[in-house]
Amino acid sequence: MTTPTPSQLNKAGLSKNDYRGQPSTLCQGCGHNSIANQIVTTCYELDIVPEKVIKLSGIGCSSKSPAYFLNRSFGFNSLHGRMSSLATGALFADTSIRAIGISGDGDTASIGMGGFKHMVRRNVPIVYIVENNGVYGLTKGQFSATAEVGLNLKHQGINQYMPVDICMEALASNATFVARSFAGDAKQVKELLKAAFSHHGVAVLDIISPCVTFNNEGEAAHSYTWGKDHEAPLHEISFIPAMDEIEIQGEFAEGSVREVCMHDGSTIRLKKLEKDYDPTSRANAFQILESAQLNDWLVTGLLYIDESKPTLTETFNLVDTPLNRLVDADLRPERETIDKINAMMF
Amino acid sequence: MIEKVINDFSVTIATVNGSGSQTANVTLLRALFKMGIPISGKNLFPSNIQGLPTWYTIRVSKDGFIARRDEQELVVTLNPSSFAQDLASVQPGGAFYYADDIKLPIARNDISIYPMPVKQMARAANVSPALRDYIANMVYVGILAQMLGIELETIQQALSFHFKGKAQAIDSNFGTIKAAADWAAQNLQKTDPYSVARMDATSDLIMADGNTAAALGAIYGGVQFAAWYPITPASTVAESLNSFLPQLRKTKDGKQTYAVLQAEDELAAIGMAIGAGWGGLRSMTSTSGPGISLMAEYAGLAYLSEVPVVIWDVQRIGPSTGLPTRTAQGDLTEAYYLSQGDKQNVVLLPGSVKECFEFGWKALDLAEQLQTPIFVLSDLDLGMNQWMTKPFEYPTAPLERGKVLWEQDLEKLNGIWSRYKDSDGDGIPFRTVPGNKHPASAWFARGTGHDENARYSEDATTWESNMARLKKKYDTARTLVPEPIIEVEEGATIGIIAYGSTEPAVEEARALLKQAGNLKTAFLRLRAFPCTNEVQDFIKKYNPIYIVEANRDGQMRQILSAVMPELASKFRSACHSDGLPLTANWVKESILKQEKNQ
Repeated sequence: MTTPTPSQLNKAGLSKNDYRGQPSTLCQGCGHNSIANQIVTTCYELDIVPEKVIKLSGIGCSSKSPAYFLNRSFGFNSLHGRMSSLATGALFADTSIRAIGISGDGDTASIGMGGFKHMVRRNVPIVYIVENNGVYGLTKGQFSATAEVGLNLKHQGINQYMPVDICMEALASNATFVARSFAGDAKQVKELLKAAFSHHGVAVLDIISPCVTFNNEGEAAHSYTWGKDHEAPLHEISFIPAMDEIEIQGEFAEGSVREVCMHDGSTIRLKKLEKDYDPTSRANAFQILESAQLNDWLVTGLLYIDESKPTLTETFNLVDTPLNRLVDADLRPERETIDKINAMMF
Repeated sequence: MIEKVINDFSVTIATVNGSGSQTANVTLLRALFKMGIPISGKNLFPSNIQGLPTWYTIRVSKDGFIARRDEQELVVTLNPSSFAQDLASVQPGGAFYYADDIKLPIARNDISIYPMPVKQMARAANVSPALRDYIANMVYVGILAQMLGIELETIQQALSFHFKGKAQAIDSNFGTIKAAADWAAQNLQKTDPYSVARMDATSDLIMADGNTAAALGAIYGGVQFAAWYPITPASTVAESLNSFLPQLRKTKDGKQTYAVLQAEDELAAIGMAIGAGWGGLRSMTSTSGPGISLMAEYAGLAYLSEVPVVIWDVQRIGPSTGLPTRTAQGDLTEAYYLSQGDKQNVVLLPGSVKECFEFGWKALDLAEQLQTPIFVLSDLDLGMNQWMTKPFEYPTAPLERGKVLWEQDLEKLNGIWSRYKDSDGDGIPFRTVPGNKHPASAWFARGTGHDENARYSEDATTWESNMARLKKKYDTARTLVPEPIIEVEEGATIGIIAYGSTEPAVEEARALLKQAGNLKTAFLRLRAFPCTNEVQDFIKKYNPIYIVEANRDGQMRQILSAVMPELASKFRSACHSDGLPLTANWVKESILKQEKNQ
């Protein structure tokens, strides 16, 4: 490996290689690989120290992918559908740590639905990505809960059941950041990831990530072709980190740009496309998702954001030192207290 | 004139669940305790908020035997629906106290019968109608006090404790008790022989329940994270954490060194606890059998990925929902073998309230030392009932934090270390925890096959050598877990093994066996799996070995037979499970019967 030149180092003094993972063992062309690459780029560009990130997952193709980025971060490939609780507990260890969770549609919308919704309602501070392809890959091609009605899969027949809309579920559980994207739209994925990393609380990203092996036929609602043909971005999103001076790039017509100020001082800039969309309204989010379902649109972009809610760990009034660095004297009550405790018993 | 029986009887009180009788019952228990008399109290309650019959049984024993007895010398009933059954349960020569508004036939002439004007006195009490049902229970407290000789001053102490010194509550309850006692003095002629008298056998003891003790022990063990889901009989472990942590573990500026979280289910409770354990926190969860079933998969993940976590199982009777408010020791094999694949778990078996405290902190030490789930098996009887116990003792040793490498350690090692390498020969590897800023600190935890550097591996040899190391680690656990308590009577040939809350029944049964047939016994109370060497030595020394336990299948016998098959022919089961705490008489009879059959 050649030594990176200073210009290739970010403000954390690291090169992009410092953010890479093991080589992927997923299929060639899998949408998940593209998302992993965007995570590498995002963390590099945001100057995130990899040791300050934990990467967590459940079980499935998507859940394998934390091995394919951020080698220098702590990782935990946990149980099917159970990453949400693992993250909830782990984040108490050191609240300066950022968490990134990678899940799939089976992991989140079937076996892990309960845990997912409770993680969301507690506003656990995590970037929670669902790599959504409508199908079980590792077990070779069964329907997932996000598969559309009428999907015809080899050996499985035709799906009869209404799909679960992960963004809708997140909203219904009072999520504070909900976005949908498409793995084929790398730029948008990256900008949304950056915004998610800055978000104060749970950031749910439902990314349609086609399965090239089991569910990529022309008109299937999780295929590349369908995604490309039906993607309807709500806006053109760009993320401006807190430290950067906001430069006005080009001239914007009056009312054509919306800015969302983040808790950490950074800004999300949303450039209006066909219609104006206000992502601070839950009602708007529900409405657009409903319309998308009726009209067969793949609505992408930042659906909803609320920076004002406290995160789970903030509600606990914890000491400033990370809990996992506390020592005996912090953790064991003093000797004289035992007599008081015994006196409190009868 | 019948001979008086002092400080040696059982009294059972039958009431309607949800009527507030628990306050009255615990007041009686505490008053007797304050008179210096050894006692035990067991709440035999239904799974119900209000309306079903419930019983509370108090044993008074000058000899210090505190196991539950089937025989009831005194029975008090306020409940028409259990009246006939209650009446029938009085021992000949005993006494039956009943609320006189119950107009049911009393066809017994071998016992003393005492009517109590419960309704009338409750109405006379100067309390709001809403409190009348509660105060009604104080009528039998007063009448029993008068008839048995319970000192009113100790009753007042008990009330003052219960109502946390609130004068109005204490006074109104005590007023009724006093009035009832006066009424009994004037209106009841005592014809039964049972009474109490002050002793000095409890002055160095306190009263507490095992769940409170478990929580306090964990707090003194530096617990930092607990996640739980409500379940009888375990809920009060976490609720006690919530009530004592703010008193004991907040900083001067009011900040918390801990977090307790009520999860959405047991799947999540253990997931959160394991997340925190992986993160480097002293972490625990508490549940009962059904919760343990749900935790099975995560427990296996923690075993294989080697994450410290403590799992309290306050056992109730199963399978399935079973009898949710009844006790048993039925989760032993479940906990020992929990989760798929090869493994044995470390299981601690507290046998007293004091041990619940001690194992509360010790379990957290062991979890971090061994980097594995530590199960602690209490039960409903131990966990929810009030017991006499020696006071809690401040932990004797500093916290054991196990093999954790921080930044400065990794610097010394030039960043060269392997997460799953047996570098010390004890099977226990080193670990790092998130937040460690050293560039070589991170590793990837997983429940899949992995090599010494925590990299994914499906290699056959790698898998097998890792599993062999985990087995070696279990052997190291053998040297760290609490050793058994052994009591040997001189000349004993018969051995008894028991564990947990059955100890009082076994201790008394040993005395009974000696009386009955001069059977001398040696007793080993097992306190943990894996078995320490003392256990094998004990089993080798005696024959036969009776294994006493409160389950149907003889689960301890199953495990010991699997662990030491060459000695298994010595084992005889004395197991029994009906939801109630074992009695000494049953233990004695079970052993005698098997002795005769040989």
